[in-house]
Amino acid sequence: MNAAIEALSAVSLLSGGFFAVVGAIGLLRMPDLYTRMHAASVAETLGAGLLLFGLLLQAGITLNGAKLIMLGLLIFFASPTASHALARAAFTRAPEHAVVAQEPPPSTR
Amino acid sequence: MSSVVSEQKSGERQRAAISTAAPTALRALSVWATLLVFWLLLSGMYTPFLIAAGAGCAIAVTAIALRMRLIDREGHPIDLGVRAFFWYWPWLLKEIVKSACQVAGVILHPKLPIAPRVVRFEPSQRSALGLVIHANSITLTPGTICIEATPGEFVVHALTAEGAASLVAGNEMDQRVSRLEGGE
Repeated sequence: MNAAIEALSAVSLLSGGFFAVVGAIGLLRMPDLYTRMHAASVAETLGAGLLLFGLLLQAGITLNGAKLIMLGLLIFFASPTASHALARAAFTRAPEHAVVAQEPPPSTR
Repeated sequence: MSSVVSEQKSGERQRAAISTAAPTALRALSVWATLLVFWLLLSGMYTPFLIAAGAGCAIAVTAIALRMRLIDREGHPIDLGVRAFFWYWPWLLKEIVKSACQVAGVILHPKLPIAPRVVRFEPSQRSALGLVIHANSITLTPGTICIEATPGEFVVHALTAEGAASLVAGNEMDQRVSRLEGGE
């Protein structure tokens, strides 16, 4: 049982680290602000989430575990709010930058 | 005359709608309990003085929040109840994992197959709380960012065509948030 929890924790931590690195790679590869925010959201949802879950398994049912859950809730509520504020500010300043590839075809509108 | 009667009726309906929502006293009690639990979990030291100080601080903050009229359905939405935790969050978590894997695949793809675009659609929520839950859920899901959230229109930036295709009026997230908002 203990070994199973240890293994699950290790898998969570490793895959959380993987998604954080993928987010960083995306941040470098993406061409503009909005697409970079999409890349960053991979790191801040699944990356941070899996890392916290892995640490939670290490902490068990303790005060530290409760604090990790609070941290997760904080990210869960604060990060979309901050992302929205950033995207909205960019869109208000320069809406013409929002569509870089092409206009969507009329059928999908 | 008839308009006066109908106005009275709509007033009664409004009062009825308000009375079905949780009363402010219950909401304030819930705020106080939440603050106290928050204090106890962060403190970790359980001497009588520190517990009493925590209870006192929780009372003070609740009183200030009451005075600022922050304790309402928006500020402390206990009406959403356990359905938010056990019905909406698991589904949202599943969606986040699914789309995070998709976006990760796009990032690692050698050709970087993105097709960023801005889509607009009409959300079905009417209350500010429902709109915020919907907009935050969109932003929290990788691959879509809610840029503008107004009662009649959401402006959403999507990374791929598939991500944009799901953003139409009455999509699954929209329906789920509306059911959560309605508290059925």
